[in-house]
Amino acid sequence: MKLEELLIDSLTRAAAQVFSTMLDVQVRCGSTSTERGLPQANDGVVSFIGLAGAWAGTGSLACSPVMACRICSQMLMTEQTAVNEDVLDAVAELTNMIIGGVKTDLEPHLGQLGLSIPTVIFGRNFKTKGAGGAEWIVTPFFWDEDALLAKVCLTRSEKSLAHATVLDPTCHLDF
Amino acid sequence: MESDILVVDDSAAIRKILQRVLRQTGMSIRTIHEAGDGQEALEKLKTTTIDLVLTDINMPKMDGLQFLAAMKSSAECRHIPVVMITTEGGETKVAEAVRLGAAGYVRKPFTADQIKEKLAGFLETALPL
Repeated sequence: MKLEELLIDSLTRAAAQVFSTMLDVQVRCGSTSTERGLPQANDGVVSFIGLAGAWAGTGSLACSPVMACRICSQMLMTEQTAVNEDVLDAVAELTNMIIGGVKTDLEPHLGQLGLSIPTVIFGRNFKTKGAGGAEWIVTPFFWDEDALLAKVCLTRSEKSLAHATVLDPTCHLDF
Repeated sequence: MESDILVVDDSAAIRKILQRVLRQTGMSIRTIHEAGDGQEALEKLKTTTIDLVLTDINMPKMDGLQFLAAMKSSAECRHIPVVMITTEGGETKVAEAVRLGAAGYVRKPFTADQIKEKLAGFLETALPL
């Protein structure tokens, strides 16, 4: 299996499981695409969480303020009408659980990975860019008409040569 | 006998969810205390009688494994059961938690039933489940 396929499968499974278990919501998965180059301007809520080890990268969620409030309302069972600390915290935890699930799926193939504390940004007309120009895998998830973009980028870090023997030889990852 | 529980997680959202889930389990609970990291939890343990600790692993200042190690090296706290509730599902982290003395392990995302099942051996049931 290619790393890209593994990431897409894992991201889809993790997001569906987190929405189903923690929010009691069935999300619809859209078409996955890849993203590289200059970032687009963002409006709304964006979260980031770092992955580090023999492979390193970032996981990210992006959604509208309305979707962020909806997620928080459902997760905490309290009405949220504006982006506040509770809403940002709920998005941070959603990021932690979804990308944490991806991390757990990847570890048998890529070796142990560390997960950072998530960061959440809320604003208008801002751009985000990761250093290194890595390709992001982007999968949209839909709760009715509201969308949540889940993104992951992962590249081999300098430690990976020392880690090479940990990789399962039956798993054909394309680097 | 009613129990006091300490929930340790840097996410206020998870602390609120656990407050709700624990109240729904039917367990006999007096107070659910909260801490945002391991350091704050250790301070809480100095001043409060706690019967059970639920803790995350990935937290700032002092993570859940460091907190667990500190608790188990303390004569006053080592008897308190600690259940890890975390996104860390890798075998290495689970093995480390068990080696340090964790009494149980629940992976996020979790259901109320999973929490209830995991805690059943540690807390008395106040209501028929």
